[in-house]
Amino acid sequence: MTDTIDPRSWLYPTPRGLYCKPGDFYIDPAVAVPRAVVTHGHGDHARPGHRAALATPETLAIMRTRFEGMPDTSQQPLKYGESVRIGGVDVELAPAGHILGSAQAVLAYKGQRIVVSGDFKRRPDPTCPPFEPIPCDVFITEATFALPVFHHPSDMGEIGKLLRSVATFPERTHLVGVYALGKCQRVIRLLRAAGWDKRIWLHGSLLALCKLYQEQGVDLGDIAHVSDAILETFRGAIVLCPPSAIADRWSRRFADPVPAVCSGWMRVRARARQSGAELPLIISDHADWSELCQTLKDVGAPKVWVTHGREEALVHMARSLGIDAEALHLAGREEEGT
Amino acid sequence: MQAFAALLDALSYQPARNAKLRLIEAYLKETPDPDRGWALAALTSGLDFPAAKPALLRGFGEDKIGAELFHWSYDYVGDLAETLSLIWQADAAAGPPPTLGEVVDTLQTATRMQTPAILQRWLDSLDATGRWALLKLLTGELRVGVSAPLAKQAAANIGNQPVNAVEEIWHGLTPPYRPLFDWLLQGAPRPSSNAGGAFLPAMLANPIERAELEVLDPTHFRAEWKWDGIRVQVAASGGVKRLYSRAGEDVSAAFPDIIEAIDFEGVFDGELLVRRDETVASFNDLQQRLNRKVVTPKMLKDHPAHVRLYDVLWLEGEDLRALSFDQRRARLEAWNAEKPRARFDVSPLVIFTDWAHLAELREQMTSDGIEGLMLKRGDSAYLAGRPKGPWFKWKRDPMLVDCVLMYAQRGHGKRSSFYSDFTFGCWREAAGKRELAPVGKAYFGFTDEELRWLDKWVRDHTTNRFGPVREVAPELVLEIAFDGIARSTRHKSGLAMRFPRINRIRTDKPAAEADTIDNLLKLLGTAGVEKPAESAYVTAP
Repeated sequence: MTDTIDPRSWLYPTPRGLYCKPGDFYIDPAVAVPRAVVTHGHGDHARPGHRAALATPETLAIMRTRFEGMPDTSQQPLKYGESVRIGGVDVELAPAGHILGSAQAVLAYKGQRIVVSGDFKRRPDPTCPPFEPIPCDVFITEATFALPVFHHPSDMGEIGKLLRSVATFPERTHLVGVYALGKCQRVIRLLRAAGWDKRIWLHGSLLALCKLYQEQGVDLGDIAHVSDAILETFRGAIVLCPPSAIADRWSRRFADPVPAVCSGWMRVRARARQSGAELPLIISDHADWSELCQTLKDVGAPKVWVTHGREEALVHMARSLGIDAEALHLAGREEEGT
Repeated sequence: MQAFAALLDALSYQPARNAKLRLIEAYLKETPDPDRGWALAALTSGLDFPAAKPALLRGFGEDKIGAELFHWSYDYVGDLAETLSLIWQADAAAGPPPTLGEVVDTLQTATRMQTPAILQRWLDSLDATGRWALLKLLTGELRVGVSAPLAKQAAANIGNQPVNAVEEIWHGLTPPYRPLFDWLLQGAPRPSSNAGGAFLPAMLANPIERAELEVLDPTHFRAEWKWDGIRVQVAASGGVKRLYSRAGEDVSAAFPDIIEAIDFEGVFDGELLVRRDETVASFNDLQQRLNRKVVTPKMLKDHPAHVRLYDVLWLEGEDLRALSFDQRRARLEAWNAEKPRARFDVSPLVIFTDWAHLAELREQMTSDGIEGLMLKRGDSAYLAGRPKGPWFKWKRDPMLVDCVLMYAQRGHGKRSSFYSDFTFGCWREAAGKRELAPVGKAYFGFTDEELRWLDKWVRDHTTNRFGPVREVAPELVLEIAFDGIARSTRHKSGLAMRFPRINRIRTDKPAAEADTIDNLLKLLGTAGVEKPAESAYVTAP
């Protein structure tokens, strides 16, 4: 353990985001900055308008899809496991297992190593490589589901619930609410793995990112836009859409649909009912409580900084494990629909 | 237990009534005795487990993960039983999960000391949904959107019986209701309804308007005031005394003053009121008495309950329901004349010559304590449900005000993609500025076509969003109809409307010309008085 320098002297939160002083760059800044390291493509981590952005090639591709090609941003791809030195700081990206291209930023400076995990999960995901625990001096962890009530069940079990419901109500359309980036494509892959080889219909806002995933080599099978079909086609069909579309005018085209929502929040009944889900499916791209606790043990960092989510519970847990833990309040982090 | 848990789980996410019925029916048909009976008891609030109380569950949770983490978890989830079910981890060594019957049997014989260990073993053996269902069952608050009448309807459906046939015998049955299921599913004889204090399904009226009266012969009908209280049934037989709502809910516990005053045997139909000396208090006063587990002596003294009788169904062991209204009325009046009672009196008939005369009497009656008139055919038998023809309610004309739409919220079920819950306000002066104060909320009164129009209007005029609620530009005038208005500390405007609905969409009227709070206050009678004003009472005829 190297404790010669104070980690806060070279990496600390600012109103624009987490700032690395010797490297003069921000990690997942909340606003456009001169130089940014971006862990993954979700909107609260990847923002448009940076002068220069460093990220995995997949994340840069996602950003180009979301931000109209990003012609004004100088883009520096860095593959998993490769390293680059920026102002005396060695920067490496390691898989985070969250979505396609998602990475932990591994920063080494003067013999001290800080890992910024970004968002992560520990269970297998057919659309991205698994989280890699990196031993470090300081581990910065997310805390989206950091309460002991969050235990995500097996994702294939949840997909099984969806397919049983489709078998029980063969006349009805199953409208499945999914986050457009990551969740959508993972659910499609899980459905394929569970043997659903029929066409999966998509809301228009999911098309571009599915196309990108296909270009990146993720096989999604037979997918199509709902507006290309006539009404009768949707009986017994599975249609994916953003969660907000379930209660929107768009959904009126389906007769008597079964609204399903895929999210870690579905674990809590009040949240599931708020979402309008008749069939809540607990499928999350974030670590649950036991994965968060296990990860703290796996990386073995003596210091842990906890960001976005229920920080106090994870700080409490880390301290009970003898870890020097504190909450790190970052600007611009919102609760995702994941 | 797992089948029951799956039922509760599905019910909790199912907004549609018919789908809920189908779920309960399937469960009752497929589940053997006695589990289905215990489940029916749970859905009709017929079970109580005094040893499993919130403090015990909280203690379990704190032991499991520590007080801090449990506190944060409970704070987030907002439901004690659910929180505990989510933090608990199943233990494969715990053996098979209990059946519903086993849970009920065990807890009925277990001591308070034994309960915690038994409960822990069950929690270890169940999955998260099973644990949730078990804890919901034990704490007695299922909250899955199923009322007792709905559960009884489902039971009746599995035997192709009308729900009244179940209601009529319900209060003579005890869980797990084996004779009920034997009758519904096995063709056994129907259980007897002669048990003490049984509820008899109420007879209800259809609404009618002035113009529709002209085709009816006034000499066939009797008129009585429709008192603005709560329709109840007083049932006393074999020493059992009960007070029921018109849906068959036992409300005896909240009205000990009525129960104590029952010194007769019979079943009566009437209106529950708060009455002080000779005056009937407002509906608001009656509301103070409802839904209370503990009734204080002060409450009994300040808000004395009274039943004004309309009809008699049984008297001293004789079923009178097949008799005509006139015959029953004669029995009721004779019974009352024999021994007048302080807590019970007979609602008088309104004597009239023709419909025009009755309309005049209806116009003249301006008291708050009366909702309108009831018209009952003199030859009508007392029939369960809402038969078409024998009974009508002719309500007072609603009050109308022009309000401005302020907020809209999405509805539920079939309406979940529509903005269909509307909050509206009236103008008032505050700090020298004219502003809108919300006065009520309505979610019906409009046609499907008007709903589509309103939905679009809301989307096109949204100025702000708060979760599922949209604030709209204060530009649309809605004519709101309502049956009464009273002071309320719960609403910002200090007013609460009774039964508000959207009567008309007034696109022709500028928002600035909508009504003011002062106009509404005038409808209250004497405005600005803390104590209910004298005019809020009506003198008993």
